[in-house]
Amino acid sequence: MAAALEADGLGKQYGRKWALADCTLTVPAGRVTGLVGPNGAGKTTLLNLATGMLAPTTGSIRVLGGVPGSGPAQLRKVGFVAQDTPTYAALSIADHLHFGAAANPGWDAGIASARIRALRLDPAQKAAKLSGGQRAQLALTMAIAKQPELLILDEPVASLDPLARREFLQALAETVAEQELSVVLSSHLVADIERVCDYLIVLVASRVRIAGEVTELLASHHLLTGPRSEEDSLPGDWEIIQASHVGRQTSLLVRAAGPVKKPGWAVDKVSLEDLVLGYMSQAAGGTTAGLLTGAAR
Amino acid sequence: MIEFHLDTRSGVAPYLQLIHQVRQALRLGLLREGDRLPTVKEVAGGLAINPNTVLKAYRELEYEGLAAAKPGVGTFVTKTLTDDSIAAHAPLREELDEWLSRARAAGLDDESIEAIFRSTFRPQPQEDAV
Repeated sequence: MAAALEADGLGKQYGRKWALADCTLTVPAGRVTGLVGPNGAGKTTLLNLATGMLAPTTGSIRVLGGVPGSGPAQLRKVGFVAQDTPTYAALSIADHLHFGAAANPGWDAGIASARIRALRLDPAQKAAKLSGGQRAQLALTMAIAKQPELLILDEPVASLDPLARREFLQALAETVAEQELSVVLSSHLVADIERVCDYLIVLVASRVRIAGEVTELLASHHLLTGPRSEEDSLPGDWEIIQASHVGRQTSLLVRAAGPVKKPGWAVDKVSLEDLVLGYMSQAAGGTTAGLLTGAAR
Repeated sequence: MIEFHLDTRSGVAPYLQLIHQVRQALRLGLLREGDRLPTVKEVAGGLAINPNTVLKAYRELEYEGLAAAKPGVGTFVTKTLTDDSIAAHAPLREELDEWLSRARAAGLDDESIEAIFRSTFRPQPQEDAV
């Protein structure tokens, strides 16, 4: 099976600024992948490169084995919901579904109308009159009914209230359970999407900091607390993502392939949120610190 | 039928939480042999979690011999964890309630009660730990 997304040295430049640089990664098919990073990190750029709405400046990207935007066959395979889940304000829900049916060869009208019924929406309702959560659900319905192999969602829940957010992710999880499809969704908050994702990409300041299976990421990262130590005195197989020194104590976020043990050090499991924040602050403290302090907080 | 819930702050992997809840329900007699577990779609959709998490939990339950999948029908409980001991639950719970009342009457707060219980309770050797 072809990877859902494969990027090799991928970059996108606007003027002198690189929105995405040196991006090499493989997202396996059949996963729900979370693309997380602060606002302005390059998430939307990566997703727009994947849909073919942008062309790369450097490198290459393949989506489900094909070149994004290369023709009708490729367009048919990919469903896309842009940021803020846009709909046509003047059109009714029924109009949206007619439009979807006319524009998409693989359209499943049964799926579309069943979802609208389940959401208890009136097909005659104009999109302008829908709540934010309902608009998001309509956009999701459009993308699902087209029966894509890959569903790309750009910050789908960012503007939704907690209940609408949960309902949106429930609908997404249900769809993934029902149809065999890959999903890539972005968010600036990992907490919003961590329940539903089993693969994670952390993007900070135009660069991929880490990508991998969520369970593997959690198993290979550890929080350590111990006596205050300089980093060069620590075991060489510890990759130190984040270090903080307070008083006599040093706290570390460490990435290590094997088990981590050192006398006098407490080892704790790390939450996905702390892991992501660790990579964000690593990026902020690194060589490009000047660019990043605002974005990574 | 069982309704799952998830504590995302607990640090326990979601699939393990699902397994715990099934075992717990079996122990308390809330789930019995022959009962159908909710479908992967129902659990994933209900909790907004990844379907693979549910599949992993169900596979583990199958491996433990607690459940079996019937293709196209669902996953069913194949074993009861209560046996005849379920009959003893009610009187034991009553005695525990009495004991708790006595502890409170003696002026113990929740934390002290828990501390006593924990320091007295010792898991039996070779008891399955999950």
